[in-house]
Amino acid sequence: MTQETVKRDRPWLMRTYSGHSSARASNALYRTNLSRGQTGLSVAFDLPTQTGYDSDHPLARGEVGKVGVPVNHIGDMEALFDQIPLDQMNTSMTINATAPWLLALYVAVAERQGVDPTQLQGTTQNDVIKEYLSRGTYIFPPGPSVRLTTDLIAYTVEHIPRWNPTNICSYHLQEAGATPTQELAYALSTAITILDAVKASGHIAPDRFHDVVGRISFFVNAGIRFVEETCKLRAFGRMWDTVTRERYGVENPKQRLFRYGVQVNSLGLTESQPENNVQRIVLEMLAVTLSKNARARAIQLPAWNEALGLPRPWDQQWALRMQQVLALETDLLEYGDLLDGSPVVEAKVEELIAGAEQEMARVESHGGMVACIDSGYVKRELVQSHTQRMRNIESGELQIVGVNCYQQSAESPLTAGGDSGIMQVDEQAEREQIASLQAFRATRNQEGVDTALQELRKAATEGSNIMPASIACARAGVTTGEWSEVLRSVFGEYRAPTGIDISPLGHSASETLTQVRDRVQRTGEELGRPLRLLIGKPGLDGHSNGAEQIAVKGRDAGFEIVYEGIRLTPSQIARAAQEEGVHLVGLSVLSGSHMELVEDILKEMQANGIADIPLVIGGIIPEDDAQRLRDMGVKAVFTPKDMDMNAIMDAMVTIIRDASGLTAST
Amino acid sequence: MQTFDTVPISELAIAISAGDRAAVAAALNLLDDKREQARDRAAQLLAALQSDDASDAGHLVGMTGPPGAGKSTLSAALLTVWRQRQQRVGVLAVDPSSPISGGALLGDRVRMQTSADDDGVFVRSLSSRGQFGGLSAEVWPMCLIMLSAFDIVLIETVGVGQREVDISRMCDTTCYVAQPGSGDSVQFLKAGILEVPHILVVNKEDMGAVAHRTQAELASALTRVHPDGHWEVPVLATSAANNKGIEALAGTLARHLQSLRELGQLMTRRRSYQAYWIHKRLLEEFGTFGIAQLGGENSVLTRLQSQPQNLLQQYETLRQQLIQQRNRAD
Repeated sequence: MTQETVKRDRPWLMRTYSGHSSARASNALYRTNLSRGQTGLSVAFDLPTQTGYDSDHPLARGEVGKVGVPVNHIGDMEALFDQIPLDQMNTSMTINATAPWLLALYVAVAERQGVDPTQLQGTTQNDVIKEYLSRGTYIFPPGPSVRLTTDLIAYTVEHIPRWNPTNICSYHLQEAGATPTQELAYALSTAITILDAVKASGHIAPDRFHDVVGRISFFVNAGIRFVEETCKLRAFGRMWDTVTRERYGVENPKQRLFRYGVQVNSLGLTESQPENNVQRIVLEMLAVTLSKNARARAIQLPAWNEALGLPRPWDQQWALRMQQVLALETDLLEYGDLLDGSPVVEAKVEELIAGAEQEMARVESHGGMVACIDSGYVKRELVQSHTQRMRNIESGELQIVGVNCYQQSAESPLTAGGDSGIMQVDEQAEREQIASLQAFRATRNQEGVDTALQELRKAATEGSNIMPASIACARAGVTTGEWSEVLRSVFGEYRAPTGIDISPLGHSASETLTQVRDRVQRTGEELGRPLRLLIGKPGLDGHSNGAEQIAVKGRDAGFEIVYEGIRLTPSQIARAAQEEGVHLVGLSVLSGSHMELVEDILKEMQANGIADIPLVIGGIIPEDDAQRLRDMGVKAVFTPKDMDMNAIMDAMVTIIRDASGLTAST
Repeated sequence: MQTFDTVPISELAIAISAGDRAAVAAALNLLDDKREQARDRAAQLLAALQSDDASDAGHLVGMTGPPGAGKSTLSAALLTVWRQRQQRVGVLAVDPSSPISGGALLGDRVRMQTSADDDGVFVRSLSSRGQFGGLSAEVWPMCLIMLSAFDIVLIETVGVGQREVDISRMCDTTCYVAQPGSGDSVQFLKAGILEVPHILVVNKEDMGAVAHRTQAELASALTRVHPDGHWEVPVLATSAANNKGIEALAGTLARHLQSLRELGQLMTRRRSYQAYWIHKRLLEEFGTFGIAQLGGENSVLTRLQSQPQNLLQQYETLRQQLIQQRNRAD
């Protein structure tokens, strides 16, 4: 019997978010991934590149090549795409504050490859608004940031028509604690803010505005509650259709499509029994593929061991294989939409839309997303939601297998290897990158660089589109740090509200929390004054959710918390600890640069004569490193498997008592 | 590196006067410490720094206003201007504490980050510790320490309505930061809930028409001459985000200090703050009955102001007097 050929939909773009050490090492990784069936690239840049510093800047120490690839100049960008023809590639770049610069480098490399920039396809994330709320790689105040975003959009619509100039992110809102309703409301409100700004900028002729709307894409998260998540994506599609039609009068239905890419949830991935993350990731992928009419255009999956450290190439390959099995082996792509007509799904979608519309109206009545960020409103709402989630995990209302139930486990062979099941970053990488950067600076034409930077300053000051001057800078050999420094001097730098000023946990405090509170208070009395903690984040990593949750919990436990925020240098931390007279310093590091940073911080504390103040560290820290940190003098290391925040608070009291020579018991 | 926790008080006082950051930090910890031995050392330290009377050095600036008016950002902008003028600045940033847990989240440092190499700025965050009408009891003695070490001491606190009374009875110059578009400040002023500040600031001038309208409303709600006499209350517009009007604000603050000095009001005023602080602490500890035993509020305040002594000594004298009276009564 001959089988009839079934018509299958074309699979989505399959990517893996990757990049590390150096442009050369990342290029090798990309070419391997492409040869294994990956169909697009997703570039992870390191934190100095994302926040506009060269690899040899003091703030970059320990961060170079850690969470992504360092790109300092056109030479790096060229090496990154060596033997990858850009006219045949679809490249997604997770880049925000410095997005115009990285796109300028990409265009300049295309020119060198002999590729016409109009042929380029890909995405710049270019959504700074969510950086203020989560993730934290912003540089400039909201006004100039929105202007840079709209400059890039206006430029690509004209000159790189197949480029997705901005990927409005609800992804990081969920990571920061957003409920589905909040995700819908804040992402769509952000898109409206950006489109309104493009319209107001006057860079786009009114009869071309629908082209701008048509190029807006989204970057969405999918959590483990996959039924609700599917409904959320259907709601997104319907609401975006309404917004584009009613608010912007777009007639072409294709330009009203909700086009989105996905990285599934990392927040819910666990450090204990990490193999369970595989089924979590697969189920989350279902949420964004099941419903054809709300299916993702591009998917990237995290690796099972993300909560342990950086994934190895094999871990990334496993994540890619999950996508391939779903797309190629199952019959999913042979059918139309499976959920159309389901009254259950329909009711849920309606409920989400109603909630989101209400929240969007609230944001609009408070003056739009930018005003709501500046006032701290949105951040506060997110911190509140996240705190609620943590409280639910603590109380057992929210069950997480292997974390707060079924914790017993046999020894895992997956993490038993010599590398503990994670990527070991080459410690030479930072030094080599700095040497190559300095060699590059020494050989370039300085006069050309100076002229290009002058033109950039002029464009920034006078308000003409930043892109042409940036592309000229890229060609001339300007570095990432130089480009950013000019804009910093014109626009200034920004500190976003922290959102930690949410209301305290009331009378529902658990017995354990009450016990910790008593202990905090009694120890304070014994030491003569209330216990004070300094909480902050050293280095460039801006994922502040963990630090914020510890700060809020600390307040609820009766500590006076001095919260210092993100992007702190070791000497700032040591000074703050001294000025504030704290009893303990607690720092969060998620970027993998904990060894270098802690070493410097301990040195600074010594130099300020406060080596007796205990230091504790929290973050994604492999056990081997944790041991080394303890050997260096760190009093405790907390990792994602320490989900019991009351226990963390209690441990901090014990550490303070030890450091002050009080008896351990009380 | 020497630790200041155990050195003789005279040495600590010298180091503070020389602006040593570690010494200032140690002194602030000491003033916070409620243990008997620490209280003795704190009293000795204030005596060593204050000699017999309140000092007339430095400038105590209070910055208050509703949440969200942009006080921290404005403070940070002022810090930059003051540093450019080579003035050394100490900041006390006060945030409310949780009435339930007693804990507090003090987040003002986030927006006040300055260069880590600058020895001319010192920031201490404080919790209101749920009492003393907005400012904790430690604030005034801490101000005195900071005045010995810095040219300008800035106290920043949230205040809407009654709560900024405290700060206006502690600072040489009180500056109220209003939120554009919110009528609250205007209503409070008209109703007399808001103690009249020396300078009114509408921050976020970059909001345009809304800010200018608020500025105009505040100007018209004010009787322009401050109840202190001789000072016309200006209504300034600033934009901390765009660095606008900050120089003018710094200039106005300096002009107010100058006028206090010329009128000879600076010392009188600081003495009255000191008396107010002592009275309030006695009231807390012994109640209205205790104050009555000392001859009533007016008598206590007058006595304290006419016989200037250092702060904790004066406080301790009256305290002992009350304790003895009580013991006799027993």
